Amino acid sequence: MLAEIKNINFSYEEGHSILHDISFPIDKGQIITILGPNGVGKTTLLNCIANLITPTAGEIMLEGRALNKMSPKEIAMKIAFVPQLIVPSFSYEVLSYVVTGCAPRIGTFEKPKKFHYDIARSALEQMGITHISHKYYTHISGGERQLASIARALAQRPRIILMDEPTAHLDYGNQIKVLKVIKNIAEDGFSAVITTHNPDHALLLGGKVAALNQNGQFVFGKTEGVISKEFLSMLYDTDLHLYHISDINRDVCIVPTI
Amino acid sequence: MKKSTYALTILLLFALLFGAALTGICIGRLSTNPMDVLNAIKSKLGIPVDVDEAMEIVVFSIRIPRVLASIIIGAMLSLSGAVYQGVFRNPLVSPDILGVSSGASVGAAGAIMLGMGIAGRQAFAFIGGIAAVIIATAIPKLLKNHSNLMLVLSGIIVGGFLSSLLAVMKFVAEEQTELTTIVFWQMGSFSNINLKEIFAIGPAFFLGTVLLIGLSWRINILSFGEIEAKTLGMDVKKFRGIIIACASLLTAAAVSISGTVGWVGLVIPHLARLIVGSDHIKMIPVTVLLGAIFMCIIDTIARALMTVEIPLSILTGIIGAPCYALLLYWQKANIS
Repeated sequence: MLAEIKNINFSYEEGHSILHDISFPIDKGQIITILGPNGVGKTTLLNCIANLITPTAGEIMLEGRALNKMSPKEIAMKIAFVPQLIVPSFSYEVLSYVVTGCAPRIGTFEKPKKFHYDIARSALEQMGITHISHKYYTHISGGERQLASIARALAQRPRIILMDEPTAHLDYGNQIKVLKVIKNIAEDGFSAVITTHNPDHALLLGGKVAALNQNGQFVFGKTEGVISKEFLSMLYDTDLHLYHISDINRDVCIVPTI
Repeated sequence: MKKSTYALTILLLFALLFGAALTGICIGRLSTNPMDVLNAIKSKLGIPVDVDEAMEIVVFSIRIPRVLASIIIGAMLSLSGAVYQGVFRNPLVSPDILGVSSGASVGAAGAIMLGMGIAGRQAFAFIGGIAAVIIATAIPKLLKNHSNLMLVLSGIIVGGFLSSLLAVMKFVAEEQTELTTIVFWQMGSFSNINLKEIFAIGPAFFLGTVLLIGLSWRINILSFGEIEAKTLGMDVKKFRGIIIACASLLTAAAVSISGTVGWVGLVIPHLARLIVGSDHIKMIPVTVLLGAIFMCIIDTIARALMTVEIPLSILTGIIGAPCYALLLYWQKANIS
């Protein structure tokens, strides 16, 4: 086990708790998809694991050490975070952006050297976007930006990559491309924890599901074990169907009609 | 931009700076013959030449200090502007817009009223500048609005208040002594500058510039925002604090000897970004050099254009404001 979330609670203000007694393990090379309707705290949970916020109770263990006892630098060497698409105020070349992933391993007054640029280049190669290395970040498409952000996470050489809605704001083709990338990096041994609004993405990715529902209940387990017609309909408070399509040999979540 | 192109750019800027400085030393009321100036410099270096003694005094006690001061102050103001823009992820801010210049002015004027010298003036200017930037950044936090516009508005509020405070101080200052000093200092002129004052701001210039060039790559990371910087393992509060303190130190040192000189800190960083891109590793050295060149040229114009000296802020505004508009037009695709 790489990391363990142990009985964490989180509330932004006294008495109004968002996360309640959440526990689950993160294993090596595993994909965990966090599902749930708007406002249940998917991003909050992800932010807790990224140590951006501290749980009000419980703790998160990373390779046997408590996360809140580790320095930001130590955490950044193990956990990378891919935030939702942002538009930066200044435009950097994609390569300069990706090389910042090496930051935890570069001294305070040092600047990235050839060695670090080589790491960044190979991350870009892994994402198949070498051709945009010298383009400006503000001049590339949303899909390319997401891939560049994942490349930066890879350049960080972490154990776990957290992604906050990596498919949001992307067209359908790019959504699938990003899902493929997530699956590939998990096969390379990285663990990935992602949030998504599309239960079908969880089915496509396989792995495990961490679901938060409106009433603060939490379910964790193997995707095929957890996801059922009843479960999804209850989770999203909508009539949803789950069909097995034998042509493609997988379950598909669909809406019967609106 | 390729490494070789960048090296060439830096070399070219150094050459330009050297040229601007030499021109600045040669131009003035006494003589505009570069040979006379050259002879004066030669004689100082121990080479026996025919030299006008008055020229030697003019060159060494008036012009060289003045050119040096303009170079240092241009560099300091531009660098602090570039750093504020990077750290606050906001291409619209500058030492003036954030109210730092006004805060430093209030501090420096206070020091003058207390009869302090250049060291005290610098220290008080630093305290005033830091206080201003803390308040200017606290207002958006209190209002929980982190837009670029909010920070600019907040800076305008702080700057406006502090300018009025400065006016009050002038109102109560003793007319014969304090007020005259404050008014002359605040107009932003290099005409009374001496080597002692330049030595006094030397440490602030050196410390601030060296630290900020050292941290330039970290400014890239901070400019992505707090979340990304933190998940990249940076102690955001510490770095941001150090970097803002350095920038405010530079602004305060500049303000303490030359008053408020507007526009430089806003315009020059944009020009630098247009030339070498936003990467602070490249952009910060270019900003420093461009600021030095710009100020040196402006100061030369200020004393050469008319028989009466034109206050610097007037020239930086007349040249800087239209330049800023032009720069914004050119780079509209690269900022948001």
